[in-house]
Amino acid sequence: MTYNWDFHSVWQYYDLFVWGLWISVVYTFASILFGVLIGFVACAARLSRWRVLNLMARAYQEIFRCTPLLVQLLWFYYAFPLLVGGSIDNRVAALLTLSLYVGAFYAEIFRSGIVSIDKGQREAAAAIGMSPWQSMRRIVLPQALKRMLPSFINQSVIQFKNTSLVSVISVADLAYMAAVVNGQTYRPLESYTVMALLYIAMLLPLTQAADWIEKRLRVSD
Amino acid sequence: MKTNANSTAAVPVISVVGLRKSYGSHEVLKGIDLSLLRGEVVALIGPSGSGKSTLIRCLNMMETPSQGVVSFRQQDVGDRFRDTGDKIGIGTLRRHVGMVFQHFNLFPHKTVLQNVTEGPIVVCGRPRQEADALAMDLLNQVGLVDKHAAYPNHLSGGQKQRVAIARALAMEPEVLLLDEVTSALDPELVGEVLAVIKRLGEGGMTMAIVTHEMSFAAEVSSRVLFLDHGIIAQEGRPDDIILNPQNERLRSFVSRFKS
Repeated sequence: MTYNWDFHSVWQYYDLFVWGLWISVVYTFASILFGVLIGFVACAARLSRWRVLNLMARAYQEIFRCTPLLVQLLWFYYAFPLLVGGSIDNRVAALLTLSLYVGAFYAEIFRSGIVSIDKGQREAAAAIGMSPWQSMRRIVLPQALKRMLPSFINQSVIQFKNTSLVSVISVADLAYMAAVVNGQTYRPLESYTVMALLYIAMLLPLTQAADWIEKRLRVSD
Repeated sequence: MKTNANSTAAVPVISVVGLRKSYGSHEVLKGIDLSLLRGEVVALIGPSGSGKSTLIRCLNMMETPSQGVVSFRQQDVGDRFRDTGDKIGIGTLRRHVGMVFQHFNLFPHKTVLQNVTEGPIVVCGRPRQEADALAMDLLNQVGLVDKHAAYPNHLSGGQKQRVAIARALAMEPEVLLLDEVTSALDPELVGEVLAVIKRLGEGGMTMAIVTHEMSFAAEVSSRVLFLDHGIIAQEGRPDDIILNPQNERLRSFVSRFKS
């Protein structure tokens, strides 16, 4: 193969890559923040003794876990406005969908972390007179958070990669910008390779940190 | 809620009347009446599935009775955590009734000292220094002062159970419920835990003890209850129940556990 690599012409547009990367990071952090809040509420509903809440949270989780994120994005951007009348800003649709999507997974991570704590822990806390809330806050949660952390980081890494899908509804993230650069330079190999390398550069430190944290947590167990 | 020990000598600290407990269609306890008097050490013995653990767990409302009333110092216990009207809350009950479990259930994310001070600080709102001093004194009593900074997973089973006893005692309970506290221990570690319990009994602690250690039950208890199929089948002094059983079923049960 005698392909003539030319990163130089692609790198002329480095500001587009940087801007796209910034947008991807913003959507990741914003959706993680909202996702944690949504996940917290959905997890509380799942653990509550109130059946209706329980079923509603379950339905929400299954809808968002059992449809592809791409389908959800298309639905919220193109279908949802027809349902409620009016239109929806593509950035709002993107953030809303990303948050609801990751929230459904966070809810499950939170829930399984909490229920994985041995029943005896709650009993021991109750036996010294702690209220259910004191027992949750002082005994169950500190142990559960430790167990949740690896899957939480893992899901958040996936979330950063998932933001690339918002480009299909014209949100100018890194993937969108790479396509723009490709359109300008007709250099798909270089454009998309730079994009891929930027994703790796962002996530590799995170996955390494996650491994390190997991190892450390195991030692202190 | 201080009481005068002399005036309440013959008054039950904790009692149940008409206690029934079912899981689904399976009735585990079929009508139990029981009173623990102050200073009494009651041993609950019986075959597995006889309901002795369920009974002791109803005494601090760890299990909710299907029928019947639990009362503490002659006040009925309600079904709420807090006191309501003339009923005392489950939280109040548990603050005065300690429990030690078969599987220790120490808090693994807290040191031995923190395990013991958790109740006094969080539940009773006592200052940390005071709680620390109390905890060190209790750890001294169970022979574990030098382990106060260790985490539970660095302890042996017997040490864990002694910490669990200290944790229960830190609440300065009026009754201590011990639910098969040596059943999960290696045989050579049983003795150190039983010795602690025996000392507590000699010190006047009111206790209910579910156990399979017949000779220990005979030695430490003032009264023995033999549970069978969810009722109290036999009741009496340890001499009569364990050392000299008259009932045929009781005799065969006791002889199986006496080595």
